[in-house]
Amino acid sequence: MWSLSNIAANIDQWLNANMSPTWALIVEMVIAGVAVIGLFAALGLVLVIMERKVSAWIQIRLGPNRVGPKGMLQSLADTLKLLVKEGMTPGGADKLLFNVAPFVAMIVAMLLLAPIAFAKDFQLWDLNIGVLYISAVSSISVISILMAGWASNNKYSLLGAMRSGAQIVSYELSAGLAVLAIVVLTGSLRISDIIQAQENGWWLFKGHIPVIIAFIIFIIAVTAETNRAPFDLAEAESELTAGFHTEYSGMKFALFFLAEYVNVFIVCAIGATLFLGGWMPFHIGNWHAFNGVMDWIPSSVWFFGKTFFLIFVIMWFRWTFPRLRIDQLLNLEWKYLLPISMFNLLLVTLIAIMGWHF
Amino acid sequence: MGAASLIVLILAAIAFSAGAILIAKVVTKATKNKQKAEPYESGIPTRGPSWVQFNVGYYLFALLFLIFDVELIFLYPWAVAAKKVGLLALVEIIIFFFILFMGFLYAHKKGALKWK
Repeated sequence: MWSLSNIAANIDQWLNANMSPTWALIVEMVIAGVAVIGLFAALGLVLVIMERKVSAWIQIRLGPNRVGPKGMLQSLADTLKLLVKEGMTPGGADKLLFNVAPFVAMIVAMLLLAPIAFAKDFQLWDLNIGVLYISAVSSISVISILMAGWASNNKYSLLGAMRSGAQIVSYELSAGLAVLAIVVLTGSLRISDIIQAQENGWWLFKGHIPVIIAFIIFIIAVTAETNRAPFDLAEAESELTAGFHTEYSGMKFALFFLAEYVNVFIVCAIGATLFLGGWMPFHIGNWHAFNGVMDWIPSSVWFFGKTFFLIFVIMWFRWTFPRLRIDQLLNLEWKYLLPISMFNLLLVTLIAIMGWHF
Repeated sequence: MGAASLIVLILAAIAFSAGAILIAKVVTKATKNKQKAEPYESGIPTRGPSWVQFNVGYYLFALLFLIFDVELIFLYPWAVAAKKVGLLALVEIIIFFFILFMGFLYAHKKGALKWK
């Protein structure tokens, strides 16, 4: 009744009844544009306050609690502060690249929203190569980091960008292999097919131990890809000030910050879609009463619940593991994760072909 | 919404970023001086250029990545078809991984995976 897909369908119907198809499409595009901008801003505000509250909770302190009820408006106040800060370009910088880099970061983060299914039948573009699209577009983000780091003409920035480049491209491999495990099980790259295949149980539970290993590898790899602790060498604040965005200030810094948090949301959304069934409710075999209760919860609540659970896990990592050194980081990927995920893919293939999964 | 959504998303990202930067530019007052334009180096005056030759280790890993990334691209069509093809697909991918793994071991033996 009040599901997101119905609202979208009603708007579509109403527009097509009252306007020519071209205008209806244009109005829909404007609505979609405003909606994604709203989602971006909301995600930025929510994730920043969530990060601070979670870290405060883990370290047994209060966290922000002055602005608004229980400090919930803190990130809004921070945004206002960043808005009135001067966004300067250092004298020796490559002006063009320096100013373009935040745009690239934002465009990549925004483009990754296209194939994500936020609720039942609620997706911007359900393209048939969804998984390939995600891995292709997400690897562009390293370019924005290298651009920012190199153009700043600052030693900290360049060092941070180089570290980040080596790290992101390395961990992309094991993330890709972990994602391929699910593609092998489903036999399709389309996001909606992958979700549909999890109707009677999420892949994490259906695929035995190899899928659990793939999930763990995926979580480790995306933590590294989004430059979050314990893999935050790129902006290790105690050694590199702020890494690749040392020279950025004001709104340009805020854009990098926002893109980073939205990327965390996106990788968690992808993890939730591939391994935890996306918007699919939690079903157990043929317990019809239980499944009925679970179906009653809206699909968007399921999707955001799973995604925010994964985000919470990634925030939890930050206060649990110490930061790795660059050689340890590359060792972990090339000597452990990559061979393990290659072997794991073979196991998953065997399970998929023999039909041993549930 | 189809492929039109990509145009919408790119335009939305540009509009959002440009809007934020423009608003900030209007409401802030910019001052210029020589010290301010210097790159940050923990407060001491900047020494030497930053665009210098860099540790070769990073490039070695980039080269290795290139090999494995191409391999990953080959795996996508295979992964979609694997279930339909059956056991033959498994045999093929074992041969493929075997060849790849030999290359990986060669790189390891040559010390390309060691951080210098």
